[in-house]
Amino acid sequence: MVDLNVNIGGLHLKNPVLTASGTFGFGEEYSDLVDINALGGIIVKGTTLYERQGNPYPRMVETPSGMLNAVGLQNKGYDYFEQNIYPRIKDYDTNVIVNASGSCESDYVELCSKLDTLDKIPAIELNISCPNVKQGGMAFGTNSDSAHAIVKACREVYNKTLIVKLSPNVTSIVDIAKAVEDAGADAVSLTNTFLGMAINVETRKPYLSTITGGLSGPCIRPIAVRMVWQVSKGVNIPVIGLGGIMDGRDAVEFLLAGASAVEVGTANFVDPSVTIKIVKYIEEYLLRQGCSSVRELIGGMI
Amino acid sequence: MIQVDFTIVKNNKLGNGFGLLILEAPEVELCALPGQFVQVYVPDSPKTFLRRPISICNIEDNKLWLLIRNAGHGTEHLLNMSCGSKLNVIIPLGRGFKIPSDFNSFRPLLAGGGVGVAPLLYYGIKLKELGCKPSFLLAAKTKSQLLLIDEFSKYGDVYISTDDGSCGEKGLITENSVLMSNAFNYVGCCGPMPMMKAIHNVANKLGVECEVSLENLMGCGIGACLCCVEDTKDSGNVCVCKEGPVFNIERLKW
Repeated sequence: MVDLNVNIGGLHLKNPVLTASGTFGFGEEYSDLVDINALGGIIVKGTTLYERQGNPYPRMVETPSGMLNAVGLQNKGYDYFEQNIYPRIKDYDTNVIVNASGSCESDYVELCSKLDTLDKIPAIELNISCPNVKQGGMAFGTNSDSAHAIVKACREVYNKTLIVKLSPNVTSIVDIAKAVEDAGADAVSLTNTFLGMAINVETRKPYLSTITGGLSGPCIRPIAVRMVWQVSKGVNIPVIGLGGIMDGRDAVEFLLAGASAVEVGTANFVDPSVTIKIVKYIEEYLLRQGCSSVRELIGGMI
Repeated sequence: MIQVDFTIVKNNKLGNGFGLLILEAPEVELCALPGQFVQVYVPDSPKTFLRRPISICNIEDNKLWLLIRNAGHGTEHLLNMSCGSKLNVIIPLGRGFKIPSDFNSFRPLLAGGGVGVAPLLYYGIKLKELGCKPSFLLAAKTKSQLLLIDEFSKYGDVYISTDDGSCGEKGLITENSVLMSNAFNYVGCCGPMPMMKAIHNVANKLGVECEVSLENLMGCGIGACLCCVEDTKDSGNVCVCKEGPVFNIERLKW
């Protein structure tokens, strides 16, 4: 047996495969098709303090080897989550991580302090990188000072594992990663989606109601791998890698680049059982490579 | 909801870019409500990425019928697949048409056009099984573009509208005299958006209950990505893939 356990800033994962926020609902949507308990964890849909209706339709368009989305953090808010969703998902035998977002610092802080009280939520992923909301979101994550300030404020009220999800839409993602490390983050996850757009040339209209949106899928993978490699060398906290992972090979590529775990996002839409296949692939890969632990792969590029 | 590898056992070309794929997966017992849909992975198709949502046209002898219109790379690829090929399908998805509690008083007219007639066939078959007699109102530009008329005729009365009058009444679906016959107390509609909106207006005028099947662009198809939302009067943005695709028009902000 190979050892798949990893530790992300105090959070133990039985294997390094997580589902990315916004692509896996609250887990239950996929429970007919995936054994959720066989995953390292799930990161549930982005949650804000108050309900958000999100952006108008249309919110997505397929693009070469990927898709653009402009959902805009539609969710029913923290209270609804705590009262209606949390009781249904808290007893999964895996880590249930909440992606936390906001439009101003006080909202982030209040949300984090509330999430801190939920016993079965061992970690949050602070989303300072959503490209699809007008206020907040990515605005906090594209500047080292504002990223530092928001993470520091959340760190003061959040006592469990604090992961910060970074935007790739910046000049230097390493600088942002260093700033959030300095502010007390336990880990960083990267990358969120890349800002993109697409136009219907027949109608001359943009495909998305918001004109621009977040690009995901295998088309972004080489850029995400490069950023994970750079960030993992620039910080001393664990890095969670994501961006276009479609199969086990892609997941291993992120680990070799320096990620301690991976998140699988858009691929869930193409093959809902892909995460389970990725866990199996990593096991087989380790055996094939003569490794006893997945931790030997982290940053293992030669 | 299951994810199954099907084998294509028939690929009937219907002309004008339409085709009927019949799929088999003997190891599973297929079960779906009328109006539900499936998500099909398009294999070996570098120009497509996401699954394609397709209405369930029929389940007969445990075989799945998918009526497909060539609408782009993905559907074109599916229509060109040969018998014996495998297709990975997630089935069933979404919420379908109304299943009435009192069949005796339910007088449904199932109206559709183009590839939108697909779920109406399965709905009609199920209503007939339940002891209710459906009528169908089917529309196309011209006679050669009418789809599966022989199949519909097995299960209920068929009324037809064509733009050029080559079959049935000449004119738009909403101009068909059967709509004004007062013989129906329910209209189930699936077709192009302008057709559904027109049927919605007629149903509102007549005060007849009406459901429509939407086809908003979908990512996941199972309510996770929140891309395919429709704005509703009662709940704001809801997922068409999960709360629909069939909606009572009372809920819509049309």
